[in-house]
Amino acid sequence: MSARTLIDLPPRVRRGQAFEVRVSIGHPMETGYRRGADGAHLPRDILSEFRCDFEGEPVFRARLYPAISANPFLAFAMVAERSGELLFSWRGDHGFAHTERVALFVE
Amino acid sequence: MATGFAAEPAAVRALQPAAVPALGTAAAPAAVPALEPAPSLNAAIRAFTGGATLRPGKVLVQVAPLVDNGNTVPLSVVVDHPMRPDHHVAAIALFSERNPQHEVANFQLGLCSAAARVSTRIRLATSQKLVAVARLSDGAFWYGEAEVIVTLSACIED
Repeated sequence: MSARTLIDLPPRVRRGQAFEVRVSIGHPMETGYRRGADGAHLPRDILSEFRCDFEGEPVFRARLYPAISANPFLAFAMVAERSGELLFSWRGDHGFAHTERVALFVE
Repeated sequence: MATGFAAEPAAVRALQPAAVPALGTAAAPAAVPALEPAPSLNAAIRAFTGGATLRPGKVLVQVAPLVDNGNTVPLSVVVDHPMRPDHHVAAIALFSERNPQHEVANFQLGLCSAAARVSTRIRLATSQKLVAVARLSDGAFWYGEAEVIVTLSACIED
């Protein structure tokens, strides 16, 4: 399934120095609590899980609930000792799954 | 829609004391009645802590005390604790007092995490208290709170 994502990290980072990773993804995060024009609840459609791994090591995991705003944004701090690949993945209702890979340059 | 609800300055001044109720032993009466914490909020927090002792401190919930639009409220949780392999923050859970569901998000930090600091954007159905609970690697739980006043709530407006 395709989705628009924004992944923001420094073009290159220093070994052992903390930096911030900021990610967002286009998704309505329909809560399941809103009602449509016919008075019926709009069915829930949210992203429930986000993970970020670096070379197989878990960096950050998030369990998301309907209280997370549309187009979920997450920012967290990480540190790396070597260059490698960051893997970002989102999972959600109705079988939603999306993965992005971004190279990280450590000097 | 969101920008149409500029709060009146006088109302802001009147409501702000309620944002810091924890210290208010001898303070003037709050301008808004204190909200009783919902018992189910404690149940949701207990589901995360497993009934372990919860201590106030270390956890800072950074959020504007007054927000115009409850649909997207920027929020950061910072835990004042080192992130060494043997001594770190393992997880942070965020709860809301008066949303339809108390759970907001649950973050788990790996060993590549450089700091126990997470930012996101959340929805708030009404003015309420937010509680963030941190689980440390030694199994201790600490928490911090923030009061937020919402002038345009999520769920009601699109």
